[in-house]
Amino acid sequence: MLVVDDIRKSFPGAEAPVDVLRGVSLRLDRGETLALVGESGSGKSTLLHLVAGLDRVDAGRIAIDGADLAQMGDAGRARLRRSAVGLVFQQFNLIPSLKVADNIAFQARLAGRHDTAWTAELTERLGLTAHTAKYPEELSGGQQQRVAIGRTLAARPALVLADEPTGNLDSDTGARVLALMLDLVAETEAGLLMVTHSERVASAMGRRVTLEAGQAI
Amino acid sequence: MNRAALMALVSHWRRRPLQLLTLVLGLATATALWSGVQAINAEARDSYDAAAQTVAGAGAARLVARGGQGITREDFAVLRRAGWPVTPVIEGRIDTPAGPMRVTGIDPFTLGPGMLGGAESSEATEIAYDPAFLTPPGLILAAPETARALEGGTGEGTASSDATPDKVLREAEGPERAELPPVRAVAGLAPGTLVVDLSVAARLLGNAAPTALILTGPVPDLEDHADDDRGAIGGPIGGRNGEPVGGPGGDTLADLAPGLRLQTPQGNADISRLTDSFHLNLTAFGLLAFAVGLFIVRGAVGLAFEQRRGVFRTLRALGLPLRRLLVLLLAELLILAVFAGLLGVALGWLLASALLPDVAATLRGLYGAEVAGTLTLSPAWWLSGLGVAVAGTLLAAGASLWQVARLPVLAPAQPRAWAMAGVRGAWLQAAGALALLVLALGLGLWGRGLVAGFAMLGALMLGAALCLPLILRGALRLGARGARGPVAQWFWADTGQQVPGLSLALMALLLALAANIGVGTMVASFRLTFTGWLDQRLAAELYVSSTDPAEAGAMRDWLAPRTRAILPIVSTGVTLGGRPGELYGVADDATYRDNWPILTGLSDLWDQVAAGQGVVINEQLSRAQELAPGDTLPVAGEDWQVAGVYSDYGNPLPQVLMGMDAFATRYPDITPARFGLRLPPGDAPALADALRDRYGSGVEIVDQRALKAESLRIFERTFTVTGALNVLTLSVAGFAILTSLLTLAGMRLPQLAPVWALGLTRRRLAMLELGRAVMLAALTALAALPLGLALAYVLLAVINVEAFGWRLPMHLFPLDWLRLFALACLAGAVASLWPARRIATLPPGELLKVFASER
Repeated sequence: MLVVDDIRKSFPGAEAPVDVLRGVSLRLDRGETLALVGESGSGKSTLLHLVAGLDRVDAGRIAIDGADLAQMGDAGRARLRRSAVGLVFQQFNLIPSLKVADNIAFQARLAGRHDTAWTAELTERLGLTAHTAKYPEELSGGQQQRVAIGRTLAARPALVLADEPTGNLDSDTGARVLALMLDLVAETEAGLLMVTHSERVASAMGRRVTLEAGQAI
Repeated sequence: MNRAALMALVSHWRRRPLQLLTLVLGLATATALWSGVQAINAEARDSYDAAAQTVAGAGAARLVARGGQGITREDFAVLRRAGWPVTPVIEGRIDTPAGPMRVTGIDPFTLGPGMLGGAESSEATEIAYDPAFLTPPGLILAAPETARALEGGTGEGTASSDATPDKVLREAEGPERAELPPVRAVAGLAPGTLVVDLSVAARLLGNAAPTALILTGPVPDLEDHADDDRGAIGGPIGGRNGEPVGGPGGDTLADLAPGLRLQTPQGNADISRLTDSFHLNLTAFGLLAFAVGLFIVRGAVGLAFEQRRGVFRTLRALGLPLRRLLVLLLAELLILAVFAGLLGVALGWLLASALLPDVAATLRGLYGAEVAGTLTLSPAWWLSGLGVAVAGTLLAAGASLWQVARLPVLAPAQPRAWAMAGVRGAWLQAAGALALLVLALGLGLWGRGLVAGFAMLGALMLGAALCLPLILRGALRLGARGARGPVAQWFWADTGQQVPGLSLALMALLLALAANIGVGTMVASFRLTFTGWLDQRLAAELYVSSTDPAEAGAMRDWLAPRTRAILPIVSTGVTLGGRPGELYGVADDATYRDNWPILTGLSDLWDQVAAGQGVVINEQLSRAQELAPGDTLPVAGEDWQVAGVYSDYGNPLPQVLMGMDAFATRYPDITPARFGLRLPPGDAPALADALRDRYGSGVEIVDQRALKAESLRIFERTFTVTGALNVLTLSVAGFAILTSLLTLAGMRLPQLAPVWALGLTRRRLAMLELGRAVMLAALTALAALPLGLALAYVLLAVINVEAFGWRLPMHLFPLDWLRLFALACLAGAVASLWPARRIATLPPGELLKVFASER
């Protein structure tokens, strides 16, 4: 489903461009979970952004379900994110002015495939039923991250991209959120690519790819 | 997708109702001030159009008597017999229980069908053939609103002067009272105008002679020879090559009625120019108030966009295309603009309704222009108000939309507190301010005309406003250098951080304060100058005129032993510098030498005038023709040396004073029927009574004190409108500060929480917040002072000169500045009271949340 083939990416530096990714390749199929690990600055988040179509590669190819991201314009990549990809951020990135229920349903509505029953089930399994009428700021960090996961999975994406989703949570809450997330991803048969530098989180995933100095080892 | 995304965007306003209120009220206020002013202008223009069409349409020429006397029945009869299409009118003004009104007496039979009122009022002519109109007690035809105003007020009318300041010397009608006939409403007639039969007009105005003969049809070649100088000096009215102006039968006007001269509608052009200037001034003020309102809108929209940067990023990350996001944001803004615009137009209507009576009084008093005191609404006005609201919103939100369009999807989600906070933004702003100030300077040096004057004002004001954040930062840096102790250091540094967030509100305050100082200085300077000028111009204790010119000589003889001096007032219309103007004859008397408001002149100017070697001219003429003492001016076919220039506020026409002997030699037919009388002030009432006893209705007397009081009353009403707009603008700016502070208060927790945790109490923090607002308002007020004075200078030395043709000296009023400074500080304190109280009563849990989310 996801094919990353020899991609390269650099950013302007003070003196010379900084090569963040130097020929990274990987594959991910539906139902698979993959941990992307590595030290800070190794290019994990950059790779995730490129896969999500939030940025463009300098060289190489990224394809999701056969669609080459390099061949798509901004609108095409936006459409892909809407329909096939789900993003879970470390900072949650909920919409603060929408209530929990609306936040959870948001991406599904955006994609035009809102399933009320599925959303309700997700809400219940995420333990958020009592909080649907609240605003995100009224929730704890763990609850907010559960809302973010619910928002992603409510749209039943083919590929879930998660950037340190438990990085802002304490270890117990993080563990519970991770378990829930893995269960739900498995249930929806989505592929999961998760950036983490937590050994514990990585070990919970099916596979792992380690990035070091912009290369997969 | 659209629905979900729009719901996410709009939900921001639901969570921040105060911000929404700020945006809507800011836009509504801006629209209200603008559309209110436009409503007043539109109403006034409609009234002018209606007035111009009362009799025989706007383009009708008229014949008037030389020297200002009435037209005789013989003149009329001779012209009609010779086939001239003339109809007599008697025009004047009376005081009615509903206020002063213009009376137009007509003769329906010679006027002909379809010649009364505008296109809408063909019924007016039909009613004029009604026996009720023609037979006693007659019938008044009036515009519906005028008729309504007169309803229940029928009773007595009092003839009165137009009270135009420049006319006070020459017009003084007696307080004759007469019964008003019944009133009938007719659409399309000018407001404030009462159309009656000639006989009724003669009774109401106490004047049986027609004041003009209006030409209801074409007379060949007349337009080419209007207001000809040769006509004015009593010779035959001639064509361009000396050939006489002919009527239908081949007879010339000079042959048929040598006492009459032709006046074309162009003679009204100056009134139109002055009223246009007045409306342009109003428009400029409306525009300034609109700009202040837009600063609020800009602030509210900018803040809302800044606070939603994270949401925009998330929406795009979740798959909303950029173009769709921009379209949705635009739609959101348009919805808000239409809503606020409707509210603003409604408020504007209320504002215009409240101010229109004062504007009408001003226009009537200053320019003799009739304007309805009530407002009528047109769909075009509503639409234009909405259009302005939408355009203003797009203008105010343009920069924010542009930022969103350029926002990289991976940009940091944290608000960066307004783009202006960035160094690049500050430099751009400084460059923009400099460019605008250079533009203002360039327009000041090389610009010509009223539009250039207002463009200079706009550039100056906007440039100065953009400079404000830089000035404040500089002042705060100075303050920080003198700071002693950690709290003081934090205070100055923290205040510097708040400037970007408050800068738009402070800019609005700067503009409002500067407008207040500028317009206040202009009005106060005007008042001071005008009062002195009135004292100079109205030096005579009594002004009398004989209604029967034949008796004027006898009256003068009777007055001679009873007064210190008699100053005859004689005048005629002449062409001055290609425009219709006035020529007066003045006696050689100490009154003129001691009192006349001379601006500049030769040392022996009055000797020259008395000897018939020179003339003095008004400032309007001097500026229009670039004439200075010593220059030569052609008057009535002769070249005259300009001996001096005098101020002549409020007069739309060029004017020349000539020695009485020289005048009498050139205009032997014009005999003085009006006089200014010099006598001990205490003797004036007794002499006035004696005159009335002796001459009854044959004399009209105006007391100098009454004239001055009336002129000052008109003057004060003139500036009621600007005063009201001033207050409204200042209130809007105060509101802008309040809302900015309230919004900032909600965002300041991360800045305040650490200081609170380090030991500053919430009460102390609140007090510092209060002090900060007062200090910023005070600094803004200090910056507004030079800007306001520059504004006053431009208004007095550029705008007034371009608009009216005369320049006023600028006076300074430091006490007014102090008052305004205190008001600005008070506005800052009041605006910060609520936010400060919120800080003082903030639950510690709220502050602790700041640390909790830092995990």
